[in-house]
Amino acid sequence: MVLQCAIIFGCLALGELVVWLTGIKLPSSIIGMLLLTLLLQVKAVKLRQVEGMANFLVKNLGFFFVPAAVSLMLYFDIIRAQWIPIVVASAVSTVIVMVVTGWIHQLVRKFL
Amino acid sequence: MEYLSNTYFLLALTFAIYAASQILQSRTGWSFLNPILISAILIIAYLNVNDISIDTYNEGGRYIEFWLKPAIVALGVPLYKQLSTIRKQLLPLLISELAGCVVGIISVVLIARLLGATQEVVMSLAAKSVTTPIAMEVTKAVGGIPPLTAAVVVSVGIFGGLTGFRVMRMTRIGSPIAQGLSLGTAAHAVGTSRAMDVSDKYGAFASLGLTLNGIFTALLTPTVLSLLD
Repeated sequence: MVLQCAIIFGCLALGELVVWLTGIKLPSSIIGMLLLTLLLQVKAVKLRQVEGMANFLVKNLGFFFVPAAVSLMLYFDIIRAQWIPIVVASAVSTVIVMVVTGWIHQLVRKFL
Repeated sequence: MEYLSNTYFLLALTFAIYAASQILQSRTGWSFLNPILISAILIIAYLNVNDISIDTYNEGGRYIEFWLKPAIVALGVPLYKQLSTIRKQLLPLLISELAGCVVGIISVVLIARLLGATQEVVMSLAAKSVTTPIAMEVTKAVGGIPPLTAAVVVSVGIFGGLTGFRVMRMTRIGSPIAQGLSLGTAAHAVGTSRAMDVSDKYGAFASLGLTLNGIFTALLTPTVLSLLD
């Protein structure tokens, strides 16, 4: 488990390094994820060296969001002031994004 | 009662409420019993009733939130497992992502404007589909209110996770790849965790959707917004 954490946190730390060095406007976690994929692909890291910990983290991803969701209470005031546009626009647009992404993907696959 | 705001008690409470809502959701099969949503509602209610501040809650809460970044890194594993499929369909994936990203920005901006939101609020909504750190950076860049974006992003994730499979059933989005991709694109990591509940393959394409939409949104939002003005 310690080795697995070392690899995962190593990728995250490298992601932080990339952000710090380049000032790129992407989160270190996303860069770390792409790095981990790359390291697995070039066989620098073997699947069994990260799989256990990675599965544990991925399966519980939702739980790690609870504090952020609780922090919503801080913004009730801003949201309350213009709640109709905020709620309607976000909800409708979220449905549109899902439908458009899915449809276009299915459509392009059919024709390519 | 000072004990009610004890860090470890609040952590235990969070674990217990989340576990209980997971059990409740799997027993009943009701998707609106989303564990993140139920936990947030119950914990906010608990904090309000006992007059405990969010800062006090986060003394323990940050240890949970801490795992969010490594968990996103860990999404590299399912992504790696699907790499050969991704390579085979690179073009459909990129095209649908690009469409989802642009349509997402345009639709949220136009609807919010139509309903009378102020310019600052409109700018805060533009990046609502992507993961919080990217969304907040984009909001800063386009002149919105970053905390409002953070709040909207989490809500969008919960909403997308909650409604995603029903919406896709109704709109005949059937292929596992399209479903996973759409969930990650529209509802970032919360949608991805919902996709992971179904299978690794769904989860892998959801992480791809979350990544690509994050990158596209970071790169394209300022341009798309200037075209809408």
